Amino acid sequence: MIVRILNEGQWRLTDEAVRGLNSFDDAVEKAASAADQDQLTRALHALLDRIRTTGTPVPDEELEDSDLILPAADSTLEDVQQLLSESEEGLIPG
Amino acid sequence: MSGIFQRISLIFRAKTDKALDKLEDPRQTLDYSYQRQLELLQKVRRGVADVATSRKRIELQANQLNTQADKLTNQAQKALEVGREDLAREALTRRSGLQQQLSDLQVQHAQLQGEEEKLTRASQRLQAKVDAFRTKKETIKATYSAAEAQTRINEAFSGISEEMGDVGLAIQRAEDKTAQMQARAGAIDELLASGALDDPTGMAKDDITLELEQLASTSEVENELARMKAELSAGPGAAPQAIEGQQVPSQQPPTQAPPPPSLDAQPPQEYQAPPSQSQEAPRLSRRVICDDRSDPQ
Repeated sequence: MIVRILNEGQWRLTDEAVRGLNSFDDAVEKAASAADQDQLTRALHALLDRIRTTGTPVPDEELEDSDLILPAADSTLEDVQQLLSESEEGLIPG
Repeated sequence: MSGIFQRISLIFRAKTDKALDKLEDPRQTLDYSYQRQLELLQKVRRGVADVATSRKRIELQANQLNTQADKLTNQAQKALEVGREDLAREALTRRSGLQQQLSDLQVQHAQLQGEEEKLTRASQRLQAKVDAFRTKKETIKATYSAAEAQTRINEAFSGISEEMGDVGLAIQRAEDKTAQMQARAGAIDELLASGALDDPTGMAKDDITLELEQLASTSEVENELARMKAELSAGPGAAPQAIEGQQVPSQQPPTQAPPPPSLDAQPPQEYQAPPSQSQEAPRLSRRVICDDRSDPQ
């Protein structure tokens, strides 16, 4: 599985490593819905660190799309919310 | 993994799909897309340059503020030397205001440096992907067959369009940050211009400098007076009251005509500015008595 961290590039993760990420994902989602910036920053850092340590970077000259795209480590709540609102626009056909 | 990351991933995919929907002849679209990639790469490079310019401007301002803070420290020192604690306090108060500005600038500087590094890395990454895309599109065109084209073009596109989306976001973010910094840098420029901070060219003197200089010149005058009095009291036929209040010590012999009664009221600098010949001639002749520089004899 390939994961992109915005602003940093792509990492290749084994299925096992991906399963280990689920709890981190929940933490980020909770922080985002609670609109808690500190919690969001902590959760994002933990999640991204985990990806950087368990994954291997995809070489720059390889052209592949990601299965998952994650916000940058220093994203603000605003950034994340904007991304989410764009995703809604993106989903509306037309 | 699901939730918000799935949704974010969808934005990028939706954009790719939209781009692909427009395909008529896929081979032409490959070339067109490559052009757009090169344009974005240019934009990223300009972005790196813009951020670097803003960073340098902040460095310049920080230097100015530092110079100013050093100057205020010196002023405080000088003021204490002449026993003016009030002036010293004023100088130090201003310095602490400047230091606040300075630490603010340092934070901004670190942020800009971070953006610059990120953009530089993004531009390298994009360059590598664009190169890879160019190779791939030529291969696809060479072996083009309608049956497999769609799949292979999809593959080539999705990777590059995702990268472009990512780098595009980074550029936008850097532009926003830079605009903010420029607004704040402009505010500091205004502050410098308004005279609240010192004029870096050194053309205008601030009030503390003026007051210190005045103190210095007063004490110089006193010293000079004391010296001359000492000389006169040692010499013959002293008339010390004749030159009292006169700033420029002249070698005027005490026997020369006594000064006109208006002398005490005249500020000393009037002696420095010779009036223009045509209009001021009558005045000049009246003043000859007390101005030894224009004395014809």
